[in-house]
Amino acid sequence: MFLRRSTFRHGVHPPDTKHLTEGVPIRRMPFPAEIVLPLRQHAGKPARLLVEKGDHVERGDKIAEADGFISVPIHASAAGEVTDIGLWPHPDGSVAMAVRIAVEAYSPQIPRPRIVPRWEGLSPQEVVAAVQQAGVVGLGGAAFPTHVKLLPPDGVNVDLLLVNGAECEPYLTTDHRVMVEYPERVHFGIRVMMHTLGVDRVVIGVEKNKPDAIAALDATKPSDLDVSVLPLTVKYPQGAEKMLIQTVTGEEVPSGKLPAHVGTVVQNVGSIAAIAEVFETGYPLIERVVSVTGPAVRNPANLIVPVGTKLRDVLEFCGGLTEDAAEIVLGGPMMGACQPDLDAPVIKGTTGIVGLTHAETKPREAYPCIKCGRCLEACPVYLNPQQLGALAQAGRYEEMEQRRLMDCMLCGCCSYVCPSNIPLSQLFALGKAGLRRQKEHAA
Amino acid sequence: MSEIRLELTAPPHLKAPDTTRRIMWSVVGSLVPVIAAATYFSGPSALLVIGAATAGAVLTERLVGRSGSLGDGSAAITGLLLGLILPAGIPMWMAFLGGAFGIGFGKLLFGGLGQNVFNPALIGRAFLQAAFPTALTTWPATDGAWAALRGDNFALPLLSPNAPDVVTAATPLGLWKFESIPTEIGNLMLGSTGGSLGETAGLLILVCGGYLALKNYLNWRIPVSIFATVAAFAALLHELDAARYPDAPFMLFSGGLILGAMYMATDMVTSPVTNTGAWIFGVGIGVLVVLIRSWGGLPEGVMYAILLMNALVPFINRATQPRVFGHGRDEAPA
Repeated sequence: MFLRRSTFRHGVHPPDTKHLTEGVPIRRMPFPAEIVLPLRQHAGKPARLLVEKGDHVERGDKIAEADGFISVPIHASAAGEVTDIGLWPHPDGSVAMAVRIAVEAYSPQIPRPRIVPRWEGLSPQEVVAAVQQAGVVGLGGAAFPTHVKLLPPDGVNVDLLLVNGAECEPYLTTDHRVMVEYPERVHFGIRVMMHTLGVDRVVIGVEKNKPDAIAALDATKPSDLDVSVLPLTVKYPQGAEKMLIQTVTGEEVPSGKLPAHVGTVVQNVGSIAAIAEVFETGYPLIERVVSVTGPAVRNPANLIVPVGTKLRDVLEFCGGLTEDAAEIVLGGPMMGACQPDLDAPVIKGTTGIVGLTHAETKPREAYPCIKCGRCLEACPVYLNPQQLGALAQAGRYEEMEQRRLMDCMLCGCCSYVCPSNIPLSQLFALGKAGLRRQKEHAA
Repeated sequence: MSEIRLELTAPPHLKAPDTTRRIMWSVVGSLVPVIAAATYFSGPSALLVIGAATAGAVLTERLVGRSGSLGDGSAAITGLLLGLILPAGIPMWMAFLGGAFGIGFGKLLFGGLGQNVFNPALIGRAFLQAAFPTALTTWPATDGAWAALRGDNFALPLLSPNAPDVVTAATPLGLWKFESIPTEIGNLMLGSTGGSLGETAGLLILVCGGYLALKNYLNWRIPVSIFATVAAFAALLHELDAARYPDAPFMLFSGGLILGAMYMATDMVTSPVTNTGAWIFGVGIGVLVVLIRSWGGLPEGVMYAILLMNALVPFINRATQPRVFGHGRDEAPA
């Protein structure tokens, strides 16, 4: 194939600002004095509590059980004593039920051996069960339970596994460092997924601004598997599932359908490394790589952080915030939410902690829409944000739905390019939430 | 560390550097060489007329518009562009009135920036043409002393201007239409011909507009489709009857086509938001320009062509809505 595509249509080019941490090797952060584990850390039903106040837990012990198939258990990320179970600030901005664990000082923090079985000899169903019991979720941000993706829905034929190493959000370098430092682990995770899904073709998509990651993955490619590494154009949101599929296969996932309907399963590269890691070590998912970066962080770093570590502790370990710090964003700056409370913990889906200064967050003057059409040129799902924005400001939500508001992924491209600084994606988030509430009331 | 007061804003937390203000003032900046060329060819009268039109536009925006709306630069653009499509000898009070009318009736009456249907500068010009047809079609000759006024610029409002003792001359389009006299194409490109202040120096306007297109401050599809349509249509007519219809280069470089295509048709507010729409819009303008010039009563038709297509923009937008990702073409939203 000569004219192989390496990107999708539309999208935007924010400065990638990954230089702060892209060359910083992953380090382990010491255990904090307290761990807070919300029961809701994944898409789907929150986990069901298994422990009581006063219980002693070892590192890796299950403290909450999966509640149904689209749910995963939660494990203690450090040995210690359960001091409280109650509401605690959640990184999504709300408060949620959480287990507080006072971390045992002077503990060697060694988990019980082989909580997760070896994968050799397991049937696909047993692998799915083991991945669920290990508490693995998508580490790219959405935290969708990984085992669900290992079991394609009935009646569809999946023939391509797409590994998402695009990491198109500015600042973030977790996937980048994982690919550079643990390429064998990525390939091992791919092997497990191929076995479970029964697919024989794999494409790893990596944006071209990570040549060292592309080289590392290429150099460690197993000879017995059909795995190829595809360098992608640096463009946001290249890592959005639908955009990645369109780039690699040329197909559009039909609206409201899963990638499996076009024969593809997409898995984030960090999640694949996590699958490999739980089978390699036998430990469940109790820690993750987090990029702590941005101009407001004194010593930006890529850290292995125990899940449940408070943002405050992570930032302190990175030298604290600068004087002009203004915002703490979880995830990348294009889609990540601001944190009101630094007591909120790192959870399984936390890809990065980005500190922004007043220089980045200063309010900009808004102007009326001048119909320049830049938002239409930016929208990766070809919506008309100009028109949707006008409808939103008039409160005409039903018309917004007719004009496919529900297909908006809230990627933020329209807001990013709008020269009049109209908060388009914010209006769309409100509109989507309002429509969803309306449906719930109607049902 | 908790001493830091954290802000909470909605994502995205990054913004592209371009703002409406920057776009508008860049357009103003790109007009400076065009105004300089007009002054080179028409002397101090050019500055007087352009200045009066701009003063009318800006003052109206300041008095009637939203507070602070002068800062976005759009009123200044309207005034400068209106000045550039007026004859050099027109009394200043007329230019001022045109600017005020364009902003007041062409823009503010619709709700201000972003809400108007028609290009405000062209509304101002259309108003003047209806109100003062003689003044608007009296074209001073381009020869003579540079510093001499090209007409009675200082005439008092509502008094008939002193019979100008300047030499008038027909525009190249007028010469062709009424006397079948062609104009040297080199003169058209460089600007030493009769006509509105901005009908001069086609090449320079192309360069200035091209700069805006490179910065993505104007949609290049609009001028490209206008020029291509005018060239193709004119070439076809010229092929049929060379004595009656001028050739394509003459059509392209005469009159206000280049200024209109580069600076007025591309007004973001009054042109389609979709790129497909931009092509349709440009082709429509091109066809109308040639139709009006060839068979209309007036020698020039760019103003009416753009205004007519402005009126069609809402329909063009509706007809060219993008197909949403993951939906079939047939299920495009209504």
